[in-house]
Amino acid sequence: MTDAVSIEGLSHYFGEQTVLQDVSFSVASGAQLALLGPNGAGKTTLFSLLTGLLPIRTGRITVFGHEVAESPGKALANLGAVFQQPTLDLDLSLIQNLAYHGALQGMAPGEVRTRARLELDRFGLWDRRDEPVRRLNAGHRRRVEIARALLHEPKLLLLDEATTGLDLASRVNLQEHIRSLVQERGLSVLWTTHLVEELAADEQVILLKAGAVQAQGALSSLVAAAGMADAKDLLLGLSAPAHTP
Amino acid sequence: MRPSRYFHCFIGVLRREFQRTVQQRSRFISALVRPMLWLAVFAAGFRTVLDGVTVPPHTAPVDYEVYIAPGLVGIIVLFNSMQSSLSMVYDREMGSMRVLLTSPLPRSWLLISKLLSSAMVSLAQAYVFLLLARLFGVVPPALGYLAALPAILLGAMLLGALGLFLASRIDQLENFAGVMNFVVFPLFFLSSALYPLATMQAASEWVYWACMVNPFTHVVELIRHALWLDFNAPALTVTATAAIVLMATAIASFDPARRMFSGRAGRH
Repeated sequence: MTDAVSIEGLSHYFGEQTVLQDVSFSVASGAQLALLGPNGAGKTTLFSLLTGLLPIRTGRITVFGHEVAESPGKALANLGAVFQQPTLDLDLSLIQNLAYHGALQGMAPGEVRTRARLELDRFGLWDRRDEPVRRLNAGHRRRVEIARALLHEPKLLLLDEATTGLDLASRVNLQEHIRSLVQERGLSVLWTTHLVEELAADEQVILLKAGAVQAQGALSSLVAAAGMADAKDLLLGLSAPAHTP
Repeated sequence: MRPSRYFHCFIGVLRREFQRTVQQRSRFISALVRPMLWLAVFAAGFRTVLDGVTVPPHTAPVDYEVYIAPGLVGIIVLFNSMQSSLSMVYDREMGSMRVLLTSPLPRSWLLISKLLSSAMVSLAQAYVFLLLARLFGVVPPALGYLAALPAILLGAMLLGALGLFLASRIDQLENFAGVMNFVVFPLFFLSSALYPLATMQAASEWVYWACMVNPFTHVVELIRHALWLDFNAPALTVTATAAIVLMATAIASFDPARRMFSGRAGRH
């Protein structure tokens, strides 16, 4: 079966600064994979390359077999993304935000409404569809962003630090929702975080540090292999400078 | 990708442009107050400017209000185009432009949809102004309103493309206001919006030539002639050519990464 995401030899630079260095990994179809790394590890740059916001200069990214650089339309049609920075129009209502996204995906208005109802209902937000997004709290706004990302029924969901700024209860709730989507729909999920408490022990994880992949596997195995007491120590190890003076 | 998807995309962008305009009522009203003040106050004071002068396409001398009305339509379109570009810079800084740019449809189509949608808003504002202008004696023939529609739309596309080009070159929101002052006012004052070209030429040869190379002059002339049911081929040629060149340049130079990644992307 074609991988949901396949990344080969991906490097990226901002001027002299190396942001990603020879990154290669894949996400199997229907699998969930977390990118764990401290701030500045290159997670957001990787997502920007995946979504075509940054041009790919070195390496190759394919989404369900479609190369992002060669066939961006086909690759983008297969993915839904929630960015770290909120992207909802606060002055528009929930349904207007979703309708705008649906139109940008080329969906007909009737199809948008049917899908919007389904996705907003899942979060219990359909009754609030006509309220301006500005009135929602941070947790609900994130839910709307996820509902919007799933509106066009993508096969791959990208979540870039999607739980940033949420309280613990909202974070747990969101995590559970994502896991149920993976199980029920066979959705593939690639998500980034710098919060180890969000990861389950059996979570498949890629450790990213200074733009390079350090290790890959189940979180518990990585903790054991690194000789650390727990996942928090593992992240602290990643956050430490590579060289001491 | 099916053609209907392109259509749905355009309608979605258009709807959002109008939703924003409706929500920001003050923006819509201020866009009308400015030209109405010019018409009510400025034009009243300058009534004698055209004393006895016949300006094409008119065949007899007209009131100054009648003369400047097309120029004021032009300024409505110009300000709305810049406002729309400003919102693009804002969207880019706030992150909401990512939604637009991660659409599977070609980026060129997304930008053309944005330009055309902004032009439609300009068109609505221009027609509200033209209706109000009737109170000040600006009464073109009924068919003139229809004939002016493509002229205003083409002018709005030209000016929108200029705004899009500026938006793609400007790094920060706060810089945009400064650029507007350096672009909007010279475009407006060095044109035939306020005074006839012949008057400009009589006053200063270089000002006349500055007006002639200014595409805004030709937008205003195209609207003026269309509104009074006259066809101005040179104005159409210049406006259409400038619109195509500016649209192609704006689309080609649009760099989504610019300023979206903490200012780093510009150097990648």
